[in-house]
Amino acid sequence: MSLVLNFWLRVTSLFSGFGEQFRAMNKWQRYSAYGLGVVALYLLPYWPDVPVLGQIVNTPGSQFETVLNDQVVIFVLIALGLNVVVGIAGLLDLGYVGFYAVGAYVTAILTSAHGNLPWLLALPIAVVISMLFGVILGTPTLRLRGDYLAIVTLGFGEIIRLTAKNMDWLGASRGISNIKKPPSMFGLKFGVLDAKPYFYLGLTMVFIVIFILHRLEYSRVGRAWVAIREDEDAAELMGVNTFKFKLWAFTIGAGIGGLAGVHYAGKVGFINPDNFPLQLSILFLAAVVLGGSGNMYGAILGGILVAYMPERLRNFSDKRILVFGIVLVLMMVFRPEGILPKRVGNEHKKRRAKSQEGEVAS
Amino acid sequence: MSEVLLDFNNVTMQFGGVTALNEVSLQIKQGEILGLIGPNGAGKTTCFNVMTGVYAPTLGTVSFEGKNLAKLKRFEITKVGIARTFQNIRLFSEMTALENVMVGADARKKASVGGAILRTSRQRHEEKESRERSMELLQFMGISDRAETAARNLPYGYQRRLEIARALATEPKLLCLDEPAAGFNPAEKEELNELILKIREQGYTVLLIEHDMNVVMKVSDRVAVLDFGQKIADGLPADVRNNPAVIAAYLGVEDNAS
Ligand SMILES: Nc1ncnc2c1ncn2[C@@H]1O[C@H](COP(=O)(O)OP(=O)(O)OP(=O)(O)O)[C@@H](O)[C@H]1O
Ligand SMILES: [Mg+2]
Repeated sequence: MSLVLNFWLRVTSLFSGFGEQFRAMNKWQRYSAYGLGVVALYLLPYWPDVPVLGQIVNTPGSQFETVLNDQVVIFVLIALGLNVVVGIAGLLDLGYVGFYAVGAYVTAILTSAHGNLPWLLALPIAVVISMLFGVILGTPTLRLRGDYLAIVTLGFGEIIRLTAKNMDWLGASRGISNIKKPPSMFGLKFGVLDAKPYFYLGLTMVFIVIFILHRLEYSRVGRAWVAIREDEDAAELMGVNTFKFKLWAFTIGAGIGGLAGVHYAGKVGFINPDNFPLQLSILFLAAVVLGGSGNMYGAILGGILVAYMPERLRNFSDKRILVFGIVLVLMMVFRPEGILPKRVGNEHKKRRAKSQEGEVAS
Repeated sequence: MSEVLLDFNNVTMQFGGVTALNEVSLQIKQGEILGLIGPNGAGKTTCFNVMTGVYAPTLGTVSFEGKNLAKLKRFEITKVGIARTFQNIRLFSEMTALENVMVGADARKKASVGGAILRTSRQRHEEKESRERSMELLQFMGISDRAETAARNLPYGYQRRLEIARALATEPKLLCLDEPAAGFNPAEKEELNELILKIREQGYTVLLIEHDMNVVMKVSDRVAVLDFGQKIADGLPADVRNNPAVIAAYLGVEDNAS
């Protein structure tokens, strides 16, 4: 046990050490580091071709870029969205897969089953409809306290799946096929075999979502969310319209879940109710909690780990879930706040304040 | 006679069988510091809870500037102009001191999701205003050196002061302090008294719950006394101090305690 603990402390100190170094850099060094990081991420599909590194990252038994898109990008998007709801605003949502399914099904309906819209037009519609589902589900339940929300959302995820399974209009258990693919853009062709274009598209979605969430987090909205998570009653007594901001968190989360569904549907071209099991909701939640609930970058890391590790460890596939369970339990015991804990305050602002203090002192 | 800011009219508050407030009538006048005292369990905090909409009174009404508060939600009451602190500190512990105060300042702001995503000029302006005002308040309370520290890591005295800064940030007309000096030593109490007097000078009306008779008598313009949910005295500090009913209430408590 102490061996595990020791190892764990080393891993986590590695992360915080990295953070310290990063913080010590000046503005231009930091921007170049960001730039290099972004380029490296867009080149991810080629990582397996790099000697040594390729050996480490490549996934046995499944195509690396397919794993990147179908698993990693989807999980990261979802972890980002769910983190707003669970991690930042502190609302336990156990049926997040429902919004993912709504996004995918709306795309399928509009581009194949009952319409002929292009994928690009279906995307905003599907996201808005997912958000509407968020409003419809959130309005009655967010007035209640946490436990009710957990139960109602759990039910919601199942209701969506069962409705899809039992309605012929939604393809019943056969599902819906021939979903349109994203249109060619920037020289990228979205076909059946090559997963790389989808990955580039998905990664771009991730960056856009990060950008939006970052702006929200460091604003009146983000402060209201965290205040609600920390002490809902005190927040309301300090003038926060708690219901309104909880509903926003829920709705924005739903929209991002829907977006992930749109991307998924466009890639696979065929969906059925079995793609959206309850178990997926639990995995989504595990990603957020494992990575660091309340920290956007923690959630991303959690999404990557939960999506990628099972593929990487495919060689001992029958024990994957067991290993995963053990890891989660160990996390709960030794690091309940997740790999990357919540960040308090805005690092940039802090750094600026520090350097100003230094100027005054000197 | 100055104008009545808050009017507590025959308020009764029952919790199951417990009557926490029994037909209490109390008026707070514009610009005064009203001390609210009473033995443990007398109903002082319950007064705050009724005023700020935490509980709806069983009977009676509370009005602020002539407006009945019964229909307002809690956050709307804050916007009307009542702010409070908590007896058992309730800060947003994972937020920095500055962010805690900014949550209060945000009560007067408008920019929401759209404004934040697009970073509209109004949003940036409001954000700057919130930040600057909050920093000022931290300075005023003497705790700005720890502005970027998580509230949970602040020393106790800082946390108590931060509660006051956060309440002031909501731009209240009436500031309600629930035992702000609890756990302070005499020197710290003295400092806090000064601060409370300064706050009043700036035009705020203050309702102060305090156990320490000396503190209350020193800073209050007027003192009201609760005992077992009933108001037993209301007047100038010197008169209240000599009121036999008040002496009895306090002696009674001391008897129980020993
Ligand atoms: N939510 C509640 N449910 C049940 N009883 C309550 C509730 N809130 C307060 N009470 C009861 O009402 C009475 C008055 O409590 P209150 O907290 O107002 O006293 P207080 O004057 O603030 O006392 P203290 O000096 O100890 O803070 C107590 O008997 C308390 O137990
Ligand atoms: Mg009390």
